[in-house]
Amino acid sequence: MSTIEFKNVSHQDILKNISGQFKSNHITALIGPSGAGKSTTLKHINGLLSPSSGDIYIDNQDIKNIDIIKLRRSIGFAFQSSPMLEGTVYDNLKFPKDLFNESFTKDEAISFLEKVDISSDFIDRPVRKLSGGEKSRIALARTLVNNPDILLLDEITASVDVKIAREIEQLILKNQKEFNLTVIWVTHDLSQAKRVSDDFWYLQNGELMEFGNIDVLNNPKSKALKKFLEGEY
Amino acid sequence: MSYLSLALALVFVVIPIILSFFLKLGLEKDIVIASIRATIQLIIIGYILQFVFDSESTLFMLLMIALIIGAASQNIVRKGKGIPYITVIIIGTLIVIETFSMGTLVLFNIIPFDAQYVIPISGMIIGNCMVLSLLFLDRFKSELNSNEEVIELILSFGGTPKEAVHNTLKSAIKTSMIPTIETQKTVGLVQLPGMMSGLIIGGGDPIEAVMYQLLVLFLIMNTAALASILVGFLSYPFLFNQKLQFLGVQEDTK
Repeated sequence: MSTIEFKNVSHQDILKNISGQFKSNHITALIGPSGAGKSTTLKHINGLLSPSSGDIYIDNQDIKNIDIIKLRRSIGFAFQSSPMLEGTVYDNLKFPKDLFNESFTKDEAISFLEKVDISSDFIDRPVRKLSGGEKSRIALARTLVNNPDILLLDEITASVDVKIAREIEQLILKNQKEFNLTVIWVTHDLSQAKRVSDDFWYLQNGELMEFGNIDVLNNPKSKALKKFLEGEY
Repeated sequence: MSYLSLALALVFVVIPIILSFFLKLGLEKDIVIASIRATIQLIIIGYILQFVFDSESTLFMLLMIALIIGAASQNIVRKGKGIPYITVIIIGTLIVIETFSMGTLVLFNIIPFDAQYVIPISGMIIGNCMVLSLLFLDRFKSELNSNEEVIELILSFGGTPKEAVHNTLKSAIKTSMIPTIETQKTVGLVQLPGMMSGLIIGGGDPIEAVMYQLLVLFLIMNTAALASILVGFLSYPFLFNQKLQFLGVQEDTK
Protein backbone atom coordinates (compact mmCIF):
# COMPACT_ATOMS: atom_id res chain seq x y z
CA MET A 1 0.00 0.00 0.00
CA SER A 2 1.42 3.36 -0.95
CA THR A 3 -1.08 6.05 -1.81
CA ILE A 4 0.55 9.41 -2.35
CA GLU A 5 -1.50 12.54 -1.86
CA PHE A 6 -0.58 16.15 -2.62
CA LYS A 7 -2.55 18.80 -0.70
CA ASN A 8 -2.22 22.37 -1.97
CA VAL A 9 1.45 21.86 -2.81
CA SER A 10 3.37 24.83 -4.19
CA HIS A 11 7.09 25.07 -4.82
CA GLN A 12 8.53 28.53 -5.49
CA ASP A 13 6.95 29.48 -8.82
CA ILE A 14 7.38 26.02 -10.32
CA LEU A 15 4.44 24.16 -8.73
CA LYS A 16 1.22 26.02 -8.05
CA ASN A 17 -1.23 24.75 -5.48
CA ILE A 18 -1.31 21.14 -6.59
CA SER A 19 -3.82 18.77 -5.03
CA GLY A 20 -4.26 15.22 -6.22
CA GLN A 21 -3.60 11.59 -5.57
CA PHE A 22 -1.38 8.85 -6.96
CA LYS A 23 -3.17 5.59 -6.32
CA SER A 24 -1.51 2.68 -4.60
CA ASN A 25 -0.23 -0.09 -6.90
CA HIS A 26 -1.10 1.95 -9.96
CA ILE A 27 1.14 3.32 -12.66
CA THR A 28 0.48 7.02 -13.12
CA ALA A 29 1.93 8.81 -16.12
CA LEU A 30 3.02 12.37 -15.40
CA ILE A 31 2.69 14.24 -18.66
CA GLY A 32 2.95 17.83 -19.77
CA PRO A 33 5.09 20.23 -21.78
CA SER A 34 8.73 20.96 -20.89
CA GLY A 35 9.03 23.10 -17.80
CA ALA A 36 5.60 22.07 -16.52
CA GLY A 37 7.06 20.90 -13.19
CA LYS A 38 7.02 17.13 -13.77
CA SER A 39 10.51 16.36 -12.42
CA THR A 40 9.97 18.83 -9.57
CA THR A 41 6.83 16.92 -8.61
CA LEU A 42 8.76 13.64 -8.52
CA LYS A 43 11.52 15.12 -6.36
CA HIS A 44 8.94 16.24 -3.80
CA ILE A 45 7.81 12.65 -3.24
CA ASN A 46 11.18 11.37 -2.00
CA GLY A 47 12.11 14.62 -0.27
CA LEU A 48 14.79 15.79 -2.69
CA LEU A 49 12.71 18.97 -2.67
CA SER A 50 10.18 20.29 -0.16
CA PRO A 51 7.02 22.28 -0.82
CA SER A 52 7.13 26.02 -0.15
CA SER A 53 3.57 25.46 1.06
CA GLY A 54 1.19 22.54 1.28
CA ASP A 55 1.70 18.95 2.37
CA ILE A 56 2.41 15.56 0.89
CA TYR A 57 1.08 12.37 2.45
CA ILE A 58 2.04 8.77 1.90
CA ASP A 59 -0.64 6.42 3.22
CA ASN A 60 -2.11 9.35 5.17
CA GLN A 61 1.20 10.10 6.89
CA ASP A 62 2.67 13.54 6.33
CA ILE A 63 6.12 12.92 4.82
CA LYS A 64 7.49 15.71 7.01
CA ASN A 65 7.02 13.29 9.90
CA ILE A 66 8.81 10.40 8.21
CA ASP A 67 12.56 10.04 8.75
CA ILE A 68 14.06 11.33 5.51
CA ILE A 69 16.52 8.44 5.13
CA LYS A 70 13.76 5.89 5.73
CA LEU A 71 11.52 7.69 3.24
CA ARG A 72 14.18 7.75 0.55
CA ARG A 73 15.09 4.10 1.05
CA SER A 74 11.46 3.12 0.54
CA ILE A 75 11.28 4.94 -2.80
CA GLY A 76 13.22 4.03 -5.94
CA PHE A 77 14.16 6.97 -8.16
CA ALA A 78 15.40 6.41 -11.71
CA PHE A 79 16.92 9.52 -13.27
CA GLN A 80 16.66 10.55 -16.89
CA SER A 81 20.33 10.00 -17.82
CA SER A 82 20.69 6.75 -15.81
CA PRO A 83 23.75 8.12 -14.02
CA MET A 84 26.26 5.44 -13.12
CA LEU A 85 28.78 5.48 -10.32
CA GLU A 86 32.40 4.65 -11.09
CA GLY A 87 33.24 0.95 -11.05
CA THR A 88 31.49 -2.20 -12.17
CA VAL A 89 27.85 -3.21 -12.52
CA TYR A 90 28.16 -4.99 -9.16
CA ASP A 91 29.58 -1.84 -7.53
CA ASN A 92 26.52 0.04 -8.76
CA LEU A 93 23.99 -2.55 -7.65
CA LYS A 94 25.43 -2.89 -4.16
CA PHE A 95 25.92 0.85 -3.68
CA PRO A 96 22.51 1.43 -1.99
CA LYS A 97 23.43 -1.33 0.48
CA ASP A 98 27.06 -0.20 0.92
CA LEU A 99 25.80 3.17 2.17
CA PHE A 100 24.38 1.39 5.21
CA ASN A 101 27.10 -1.28 5.56
CA GLU A 102 24.58 -3.95 4.60
CA SER A 103 25.82 -7.04 2.84
CA PHE A 104 24.83 -7.66 -0.74
CA THR A 105 26.38 -10.69 -2.39
CA LYS A 106 27.10 -11.13 -6.06
CA ASP A 107 24.40 -13.79 -6.21
CA GLU A 108 21.86 -11.31 -4.86
CA ALA A 109 23.07 -8.73 -7.36
CA ILE A 110 22.69 -11.27 -10.19
CA SER A 111 19.11 -11.94 -9.11
CA PHE A 112 18.41 -8.22 -9.63
CA LEU A 113 20.09 -8.32 -13.03
CA GLU A 114 17.70 -11.13 -13.96
CA LYS A 115 14.76 -8.89 -13.10
CA VAL A 116 15.85 -6.53 -15.87
CA ASP A 117 16.81 -9.28 -18.32
CA ILE A 118 20.55 -8.71 -18.10
CA SER A 119 22.88 -11.69 -18.19
CA SER A 120 24.92 -12.54 -15.08
CA ASP A 121 28.07 -12.12 -17.25
CA PHE A 122 27.62 -8.36 -16.83
CA ILE A 123 28.16 -8.41 -13.09
CA ASP A 124 31.88 -7.53 -13.20
CA ARG A 125 31.69 -5.35 -16.30
CA PRO A 126 32.90 -1.75 -15.88
CA VAL A 127 29.92 0.58 -16.33
CA ARG A 128 31.85 2.74 -18.79
CA LYS A 129 31.60 -0.15 -21.27
CA LEU A 130 27.79 -0.32 -21.12
CA SER A 131 25.44 0.87 -23.86
CA GLY A 132 22.68 3.38 -23.14
CA GLY A 133 20.03 0.65 -23.01
CA GLU A 134 22.12 -1.49 -20.65
CA LYS A 135 22.66 1.48 -18.37
CA SER A 136 18.91 2.16 -18.26
CA ARG A 137 18.20 -1.44 -17.24
CA ILE A 138 20.94 -1.51 -14.62
CA ALA A 139 19.77 1.84 -13.24
CA LEU A 140 16.30 0.30 -12.99
CA ALA A 141 17.66 -2.81 -11.23
CA ARG A 142 19.56 -0.54 -8.84
CA THR A 143 16.37 1.29 -7.86
CA LEU A 144 14.83 -2.07 -6.90
CA VAL A 145 17.68 -3.12 -4.60
CA ASN A 146 16.16 -1.44 -1.53
CA ASN A 147 12.82 -3.22 -2.21
CA PRO A 148 10.93 0.06 -2.62
CA ASP A 149 7.16 0.49 -2.35
CA ILE A 150 7.19 3.40 -4.76
CA LEU A 151 9.07 3.81 -8.02
CA LEU A 152 9.67 7.25 -9.52
CA LEU A 153 10.76 7.23 -13.16
CA ASP A 154 12.00 10.43 -14.79
CA GLU A 155 11.90 10.04 -18.58
CA ILE A 156 14.01 6.91 -18.35
CA THR A 157 13.46 5.88 -21.95
CA ALA A 158 14.07 9.32 -23.44
CA SER A 159 17.57 8.53 -24.64
CA VAL A 160 17.15 4.95 -25.87
CA ASP A 161 15.76 3.72 -29.17
CA VAL A 162 12.15 2.58 -29.60
CA LYS A 163 12.90 -1.15 -29.36
CA ILE A 164 14.81 -0.81 -26.10
CA ALA A 165 12.22 1.61 -24.75
CA ARG A 166 9.52 -1.04 -25.33
CA GLU A 167 11.64 -3.68 -23.59
CA ILE A 168 12.16 -1.40 -20.59
CA GLU A 169 8.42 -0.71 -20.46
CA GLN A 170 7.78 -4.44 -20.24
CA LEU A 171 10.36 -4.83 -17.48
CA ILE A 172 8.73 -2.10 -15.45
CA LEU A 173 5.27 -3.58 -15.93
CA LYS A 174 6.58 -7.00 -14.87
CA ASN A 175 8.34 -5.63 -11.76
CA GLN A 176 5.43 -3.38 -10.86
CA LYS A 177 3.17 -6.42 -10.68
CA GLU A 178 5.74 -8.59 -8.92
CA PHE A 179 6.50 -6.05 -6.18
CA ASN A 180 3.09 -4.27 -6.04
CA LEU A 181 4.80 -0.99 -6.75
CA THR A 182 3.17 2.40 -6.96
CA VAL A 183 4.82 3.87 -10.05
CA ILE A 184 4.92 7.50 -11.14
CA TRP A 185 6.33 7.76 -14.58
CA VAL A 186 7.32 11.06 -16.15
CA THR A 187 7.19 10.68 -19.89
CA HIS A 188 6.89 12.97 -22.88
CA ASP A 189 5.84 10.03 -25.01
CA LEU A 190 2.04 10.00 -25.04
CA SER A 191 1.76 6.62 -26.71
CA GLN A 192 4.02 5.20 -24.00
CA ALA A 193 1.83 6.79 -21.33
CA LYS A 194 -1.24 5.14 -22.86
CA ARG A 195 0.50 1.76 -23.13
CA VAL A 196 1.83 1.51 -19.61
CA SER A 197 -0.31 3.61 -17.28
CA ASP A 198 -3.47 3.14 -15.30
CA ASP A 199 -3.83 6.85 -14.55
CA PHE A 200 -2.38 10.17 -15.62
CA TRP A 201 -1.65 13.64 -14.27
CA TYR A 202 -1.41 16.47 -16.76
CA LEU A 203 0.74 19.38 -15.58
CA GLN A 204 1.13 22.71 -17.35
CA ASN A 205 3.03 25.76 -16.05
CA GLY A 206 3.17 24.17 -12.62
CA GLU A 207 -0.58 23.59 -12.41
CA LEU A 208 -2.35 20.25 -12.33
CA MET A 209 -4.77 20.84 -15.18
CA GLU A 210 -6.37 17.40 -15.37
CA PHE A 211 -5.97 13.93 -13.92
CA GLY A 212 -7.78 10.61 -13.90
CA ASN A 213 -7.92 7.27 -15.63
CA ILE A 214 -5.62 6.96 -18.62
CA ASP A 215 -8.64 6.39 -20.91
CA VAL A 216 -9.55 10.03 -20.35
CA LEU A 217 -6.68 10.89 -22.70
CA ASN A 218 -8.93 9.63 -25.50
CA ASN A 219 -11.57 12.15 -24.48
CA PRO A 220 -9.99 14.99 -22.48
CA LYS A 221 -12.15 17.50 -20.63
CA SER A 222 -9.84 20.49 -20.37
CA LYS A 223 -8.92 22.65 -23.34
CA ALA A 224 -5.30 22.68 -22.18
CA LEU A 225 -4.98 18.90 -22.33
CA LYS A 226 -6.79 18.79 -25.67
CA LYS A 227 -4.28 21.27 -27.09
CA PHE A 228 -1.37 19.32 -25.59
CA LEU A 229 -2.62 16.08 -27.11
CA GLU A 230 -2.92 17.81 -30.44
CA GLY A 231 0.73 18.78 -30.12
CA GLU A 232 0.24 22.51 -29.63
CA TYR A 233 2.74 22.86 -26.75
CA MET B 1 70.30 47.97 -10.54
CA SER B 2 69.91 51.65 -11.42
CA TYR B 3 66.61 53.33 -12.38
CA LEU B 4 68.11 53.96 -15.84
CA SER B 5 68.78 50.24 -16.40
CA LEU B 6 65.24 49.45 -15.26
CA ALA B 7 63.87 52.07 -17.65
CA LEU B 8 65.82 50.46 -20.48
CA ALA B 9 64.17 47.15 -19.61
CA LEU B 10 60.90 48.72 -20.78
CA VAL B 11 61.96 47.61 -24.24
CA PHE B 12 60.71 44.17 -23.19
CA VAL B 13 57.25 45.67 -22.78
CA VAL B 14 57.39 47.69 -26.00
CA ILE B 15 58.15 44.60 -28.13
CA PRO B 16 54.94 42.71 -27.27
CA ILE B 17 52.93 45.93 -27.75
CA ILE B 18 54.36 46.36 -31.25
CA LEU B 19 53.80 42.68 -32.05
CA SER B 20 50.24 42.85 -30.75
CA PHE B 21 49.57 45.95 -32.87
CA PHE B 22 50.90 44.46 -36.12
CA LEU B 23 49.27 41.06 -35.54
CA LYS B 24 46.01 42.78 -34.52
CA LEU B 25 45.84 40.79 -31.27
CA GLY B 26 44.14 43.71 -29.54
CA LEU B 27 46.25 43.21 -26.41
CA GLU B 28 48.11 46.56 -26.44
CA LYS B 29 45.87 48.19 -23.85
CA ASP B 30 45.99 45.16 -21.55
CA ILE B 31 49.79 44.94 -21.79
CA VAL B 32 50.15 48.64 -20.94
CA ILE B 33 47.69 48.37 -18.02
CA ALA B 34 49.36 45.20 -16.70
CA SER B 35 52.83 46.77 -16.87
CA ILE B 36 51.70 50.01 -15.19
CA ARG B 37 49.82 48.12 -12.48
CA ALA B 38 52.77 45.81 -11.80
CA THR B 39 55.14 48.78 -11.59
CA ILE B 40 52.93 50.80 -9.23
CA GLN B 41 52.01 47.80 -7.04
CA LEU B 42 55.59 46.63 -6.68
CA ILE B 43 56.98 50.12 -5.98
CA ILE B 44 54.33 50.64 -3.28
CA ILE B 45 55.07 47.21 -1.82
CA GLY B 46 58.81 47.93 -1.94
CA TYR B 47 58.39 51.11 0.12
CA ILE B 48 55.94 49.47 2.53
CA LEU B 49 58.36 46.56 3.07
CA GLN B 50 61.21 48.99 3.62
CA PHE B 51 59.10 50.77 6.24
CA VAL B 52 58.05 47.53 7.96
CA PHE B 53 61.62 46.17 8.01
CA ASP B 54 63.00 49.44 9.39
CA SER B 55 60.29 49.71 12.05
CA GLU B 56 61.07 46.21 13.38
CA SER B 57 57.49 46.18 14.65
CA THR B 58 55.61 42.86 15.00
CA LEU B 59 52.30 44.73 14.70
CA PHE B 60 53.24 46.14 11.28
CA MET B 61 54.43 42.71 10.22
CA LEU B 62 51.09 41.16 11.19
CA LEU B 63 49.21 43.99 9.48
CA MET B 64 51.18 43.30 6.34
CA ILE B 65 50.23 39.61 6.48
CA ALA B 66 46.57 40.59 7.09
CA LEU B 67 46.77 42.78 4.00
CA ILE B 68 48.12 39.89 1.92
CA ILE B 69 45.34 37.61 3.24
CA GLY B 70 42.74 40.29 2.47
CA ALA B 71 43.93 40.76 -1.10
CA ALA B 72 44.13 36.99 -1.75
CA SER B 73 40.68 36.38 -0.21
CA GLN B 74 39.10 38.99 -2.42
CA ASN B 75 40.39 37.20 -5.50
CA ILE B 76 39.30 33.74 -4.36
CA VAL B 77 35.86 34.81 -3.16
CA ARG B 78 35.04 36.05 -6.65
CA LYS B 79 35.72 32.57 -8.04
CA GLY B 80 33.73 30.94 -5.23
CA LYS B 81 30.60 32.96 -5.92
CA GLY B 82 27.58 30.71 -5.50
CA ILE B 83 28.92 28.80 -2.51
CA PRO B 84 27.34 30.09 0.71
CA TYR B 85 29.69 31.61 3.32
CA ILE B 86 32.63 31.37 0.92
CA THR B 87 34.17 34.62 2.24
CA VAL B 88 34.37 33.32 5.82
CA ILE B 89 35.59 29.91 4.61
CA ILE B 90 38.39 31.44 2.52
CA ILE B 91 39.60 33.89 5.17
CA GLY B 92 39.48 31.11 7.78
CA THR B 93 41.41 28.72 5.54
CA LEU B 94 44.12 31.27 4.78
CA ILE B 95 44.52 32.19 8.46
CA VAL B 96 44.73 28.52 9.51
CA ILE B 97 47.30 27.63 6.84
CA GLU B 98 49.41 30.74 7.43
CA THR B 99 49.38 30.24 11.21
CA PHE B 100 50.19 26.56 10.94
CA SER B 101 52.95 26.96 8.34
CA MET B 102 54.59 30.01 9.87
CA GLY B 103 54.16 28.63 13.38
CA THR B 104 55.99 25.44 12.38
CA LEU B 105 58.80 27.33 10.65
CA VAL B 106 59.39 29.71 13.54
CA LEU B 107 58.87 27.20 16.37
CA PHE B 108 61.39 24.77 14.90
CA ASN B 109 63.81 27.63 14.23
CA ILE B 110 63.78 26.94 10.51
CA ILE B 111 63.49 30.69 9.90
CA PRO B 112 63.87 33.56 12.39
CA PHE B 113 60.75 35.50 13.44
CA ASP B 114 61.90 38.46 11.44
CA ALA B 115 59.84 40.54 8.96
CA GLN B 116 62.49 40.03 6.29
CA TYR B 117 61.78 36.27 6.35
CA VAL B 118 58.20 36.10 7.58
CA ILE B 119 56.64 38.48 5.06
CA PRO B 120 58.08 37.07 1.80
CA ILE B 121 57.49 33.47 2.88
CA SER B 122 53.95 34.34 4.02
CA GLY B 123 53.41 35.91 0.60
CA MET B 124 54.47 32.65 -1.03
CA ILE B 125 52.27 30.55 1.28
CA ILE B 126 49.18 32.70 0.82
CA GLY B 127 49.82 33.23 -2.88
CA ASN B 128 50.02 29.50 -3.39
CA CYS B 129 46.85 28.98 -1.33
CA MET B 130 45.16 31.51 -3.56
CA VAL B 131 46.14 29.73 -6.79
CA LEU B 132 45.16 26.35 -5.37
CA SER B 133 41.84 27.63 -4.05
CA LEU B 134 41.07 29.23 -7.40
CA LEU B 135 41.84 25.99 -9.24
CA PHE B 136 39.87 23.97 -6.71
CA LEU B 137 36.78 26.20 -6.75
CA ASP B 138 36.73 26.38 -10.51
CA ARG B 139 36.81 22.60 -10.78
CA PHE B 140 34.51 21.96 -7.82
CA LYS B 141 31.77 24.25 -9.15
CA SER B 142 31.89 22.80 -12.62
CA GLU B 143 31.83 19.22 -11.23
CA LEU B 144 28.93 20.07 -8.93
CA ASN B 145 26.96 21.35 -11.89
CA SER B 146 27.76 18.39 -14.12
CA ASN B 147 27.27 15.79 -11.35
CA GLU B 148 23.97 17.10 -10.02
CA GLU B 149 22.12 13.91 -11.01
CA VAL B 150 24.74 11.66 -9.38
CA ILE B 151 24.60 13.72 -6.18
CA GLU B 152 20.80 13.51 -6.09
CA LEU B 153 20.96 9.81 -6.98
CA ILE B 154 23.11 9.10 -3.91
CA LEU B 155 20.81 11.22 -1.73
CA SER B 156 17.84 9.31 -3.12
CA PHE B 157 19.41 6.05 -1.86
CA GLY B 158 19.48 7.57 1.61
CA GLY B 159 23.09 8.76 1.39
CA THR B 160 24.33 11.72 3.41
CA PRO B 161 25.59 14.96 1.82
CA LYS B 162 29.16 13.80 2.53
CA GLU B 163 28.57 10.53 0.70
CA ALA B 164 26.75 12.32 -2.12
CA VAL B 165 29.53 14.79 -2.78
CA HIS B 166 32.50 12.53 -1.93
CA ASN B 167 33.63 11.69 -5.47
CA THR B 168 33.05 15.22 -6.75
CA LEU B 169 35.10 16.64 -3.91
CA LYS B 170 37.86 14.06 -4.33
CA SER B 171 38.14 14.70 -8.04
CA ALA B 172 38.27 18.51 -7.59
CA ILE B 173 40.93 18.25 -4.86
CA LYS B 174 43.03 15.89 -6.96
CA THR B 175 42.75 18.01 -10.11
CA SER B 176 43.70 21.20 -8.28
CA MET B 177 46.81 19.57 -6.77
CA ILE B 178 48.15 17.98 -9.96
CA PRO B 179 49.86 21.16 -11.34
CA THR B 180 51.77 21.64 -8.06
CA ILE B 181 52.95 18.03 -8.01
CA GLU B 182 53.89 18.07 -11.71
CA THR B 183 55.78 21.37 -11.36
CA GLN B 184 57.78 20.00 -8.45
CA LYS B 185 58.75 16.93 -10.44
CA THR B 186 60.65 19.06 -12.98
CA VAL B 187 61.82 21.86 -10.72
CA GLY B 188 65.40 22.91 -11.38
CA LEU B 189 65.56 20.99 -14.67
CA VAL B 190 63.99 23.67 -16.86
CA GLN B 191 63.90 26.81 -14.80
CA LEU B 192 65.26 27.79 -11.44
CA PRO B 193 62.40 28.64 -9.12
CA GLY B 194 61.76 32.28 -8.17
CA MET B 195 63.11 32.39 -4.66
CA MET B 196 66.28 30.53 -5.54
CA SER B 197 66.90 32.72 -8.60
CA GLY B 198 66.37 35.83 -6.49
CA LEU B 199 68.87 34.74 -3.86
CA ILE B 200 71.47 33.78 -6.46
CA ILE B 201 71.03 37.05 -8.39
CA GLY B 202 71.32 38.87 -5.06
CA GLY B 203 74.74 37.27 -4.59
CA GLY B 204 73.68 34.48 -2.22
CA ASP B 205 75.33 31.09 -1.91
CA PRO B 206 73.64 28.67 -4.40
CA ILE B 207 73.53 25.83 -1.83
CA GLU B 208 71.85 28.06 0.74
CA ALA B 209 69.51 29.28 -2.03
CA VAL B 210 68.66 25.64 -2.79
CA MET B 211 67.92 24.98 0.88
CA TYR B 212 65.53 27.94 1.09
CA GLN B 213 63.94 26.91 -2.17
CA LEU B 214 63.39 23.37 -0.92
CA LEU B 215 61.80 24.80 2.20
CA VAL B 216 59.43 26.80 0.01
CA LEU B 217 58.66 23.81 -2.21
CA PHE B 218 57.78 21.64 0.79
CA LEU B 219 55.64 24.44 2.16
CA ILE B 220 53.91 24.81 -1.19
CA MET B 221 53.14 21.09 -1.33
CA ASN B 222 51.66 21.28 2.14
CA THR B 223 49.63 24.42 1.47
CA ALA B 224 48.40 22.96 -1.82
CA ALA B 225 46.93 19.98 -0.02
CA LEU B 226 45.62 21.98 2.92
CA ALA B 227 44.08 24.76 0.83
CA SER B 228 41.99 22.57 -1.45
CA ILE B 229 41.04 20.09 1.29
CA LEU B 230 40.04 22.80 3.79
CA VAL B 231 38.10 24.89 1.28
CA GLY B 232 36.37 21.75 -0.01
CA PHE B 233 35.45 20.20 3.32
CA LEU B 234 34.36 23.50 4.83
CA SER B 235 32.22 24.53 1.88
CA TYR B 236 30.35 21.36 0.86
CA PRO B 237 28.03 21.21 3.94
CA PHE B 238 26.55 24.59 2.91
CA LEU B 239 25.53 23.13 -0.44
CA PHE B 240 22.89 21.05 1.36
CA ASN B 241 20.12 21.98 3.78
CA GLN B 242 19.05 20.24 6.96
CA LYS B 243 16.54 18.14 5.03
CA LEU B 244 19.49 16.58 3.17
CA GLN B 245 18.50 18.33 -0.04
CA PHE B 246 21.10 19.47 -2.56
CA LEU B 247 20.89 23.23 -3.05
CA GLY B 248 23.54 23.34 -5.77
CA VAL B 249 25.71 26.31 -6.63
CA GLN B 250 23.57 29.40 -6.15
CA GLU B 251 25.06 32.13 -8.29
CA ASP B 252 23.16 34.85 -6.39
CA THR B 253 24.75 33.86 -3.06
CA LYS B 254 27.37 36.15 -1.55
